[in-house]
Amino acid sequence: MSDAVIQVRGLTRSYVMGAETVHALRGVDVEIRRNEYVAIMGPSGSGKSTLMNLLGCLDTPTAGEYWLNGQEVSRMTDDALARVRNKEIGFVFQTFNLLPRATALQNVELPLVYAGVPAAERRRKAAAALERVGLGTRMDHRPNELSGGQRQRVAIARGLVNEPALLLADEPTGNLDSTTTEEILGVFERLHEQGQTIVLVTHEPDVAQHAARTVVIRDGRIASDTPNRQRAA
Amino acid sequence: MKLLDAVREAAHTIRTQKLKTAFSAIGVLIGVTFLIAVVSIIEGMNSYMEDKFANGLIGLNTFQLARQPMYNTGNVTEEMWRDWQRRPRVRYDDADYIEARLTTPAVVSRYCRDRATISAGGKVAKDIDLIGTDPQYFTIKNYDLAAGRIFTPQELRTAQPVMVIGSLVGEKLFPGQDPLGKEITVSGIPYRVIGVVEPQGTLFGLSMDKFVVTPYSAPARRFICPIGVLDYVSFQASDPQTMLQVRDEVEGLMRQRRGLRPGTPNNFDFTDSKTALEGWNKISRVLLTLLPALVIVGVVVGGIVIMNIMLVSVTERVREIGVRKALGARRRDILTQFLVESASISTFGAACGILLGIGLAFLVKAISPLPATVAPWSVALGVGIGMSVGIIAGVYPASRAARLDPIVALRSE
Repeated sequence: MSDAVIQVRGLTRSYVMGAETVHALRGVDVEIRRNEYVAIMGPSGSGKSTLMNLLGCLDTPTAGEYWLNGQEVSRMTDDALARVRNKEIGFVFQTFNLLPRATALQNVELPLVYAGVPAAERRRKAAAALERVGLGTRMDHRPNELSGGQRQRVAIARGLVNEPALLLADEPTGNLDSTTTEEILGVFERLHEQGQTIVLVTHEPDVAQHAARTVVIRDGRIASDTPNRQRAA
Repeated sequence: MKLLDAVREAAHTIRTQKLKTAFSAIGVLIGVTFLIAVVSIIEGMNSYMEDKFANGLIGLNTFQLARQPMYNTGNVTEEMWRDWQRRPRVRYDDADYIEARLTTPAVVSRYCRDRATISAGGKVAKDIDLIGTDPQYFTIKNYDLAAGRIFTPQELRTAQPVMVIGSLVGEKLFPGQDPLGKEITVSGIPYRVIGVVEPQGTLFGLSMDKFVVTPYSAPARRFICPIGVLDYVSFQASDPQTMLQVRDEVEGLMRQRRGLRPGTPNNFDFTDSKTALEGWNKISRVLLTLLPALVIVGVVVGGIVIMNIMLVSVTERVREIGVRKALGARRRDILTQFLVESASISTFGAACGILLGIGLAFLVKAISPLPATVAPWSVALGVGIGMSVGIIAGVYPASRAARLDPIVALRSE
């Protein structure tokens, strides 16, 4: 119990669209423990994105409970959720979502800015996070001076910089070629070995295979939840 | 997010978008430029008018008793003008009468003047102020002599043909020579130069050194004023309070001497530096009333421009806002970021406006005789306007940015 990072019970999310109510999630129960590496899969329209938004504290459920790192976050206010996103969650997006005019270092510093960390410490921590993803020599480069793989590594460093309980990656390799995909998945594996809890949302079975466990969503429910076979070293 | 970080981000945005910032800030810039330039020129003119015009022409704590007002402001009707012409003129014996009875201490001076052409040794000087007066005149005008002396009460009493000249007259009639002891002819009557007044500079670009001063009793007096008649009598007191006291006393004495019944208006007028400044004060009041209108137009237009640019900026950066929210920015952080950015653009515009306004004021000073003094309050007001316009213009765009749903924002292209 104490080593559960995510505990979800009866999670439901429906949207009212005009006269119709769309049930995107119809009661999801899942538990993810510390240092797990979980892939969430599902076809489009399955509720996969809705689940990711809820897990990322970008949205609140219609019903059900969501405990993140020991806190009940399903009933929090916007500002409290912002705080949780800042402290507990590191996001990695498909399109990297780096600020184009800021350097790699400044991009990685951003979550620390919102955490109220003083400038000198911010710089030190951001530099350390960039070192961790192997970009120690590219700190002063802007995103357009970096390759796709390097950009995604900057984004991962940004996700890690506040030492979050959960690294939440949404199709992180969707915009990358196969070589770079391997490179980025390698980074995730290393982080996993270092003890980082990772949830990776994807629709590619090949990518999901890199995780230790795969949860498949279909029609707003969990269709399967299976451990993956041991990957080739 | 701390305010300092917000300011740092705003500075970064402005640095990377120089042209956009410059265009956004242009309205505020123009408004503040106007403010600084006009206030600087008015302030400069104020001190100029007081020092040089009023105190220079009339004298410090001095008023003049004359048949009609010396400096007319506003509309003088034909009626008023005819009324003034019908009034009795101020005469030598009026001055004697008042001087004999005045109890408040004051320097009293009789004055008469005309434009004249004077000559010396074949050289001619035209358009010279020919002044007939007494030694007290030099006290009231606060003239220092560059050479020689002023005439004495004895020379006045005995009507000696002596004169004290302005520096320009000396240069014109006796170039490269010492004018002292030389002879100047006025309407065929020779005068001896006994003193030269220190250069007085210019007023509105006109030289203040083209004059000659003679005793009002001197032989050429009939060419200046009709005999026995004065243009005005000056009274100088030690301070403004005493001056008012002297003026009340002189008014009483004149009414008594002319036998004016209570209720009948004065048939004479007083001019002091305040009444002389009335015209200027009217102009500066109009300018200072129009100025806020000009500034407001510039600033309102500027504010609308900034608001629109900020709205565009928010729309362009929807995804950035989504990312920031995902990374932990609260509504307040986003609001602060855009407000500070908007205020920075506007304050930047105001700062440029202040520099431009000061530059403009000094340009006016350099190419015209008008002076300019930068008023610190106008600079402070300029900065204040810049900040508040930016904040007000930023409220709507910033709150729109702050209200964005992070999921929608992240999905936008």
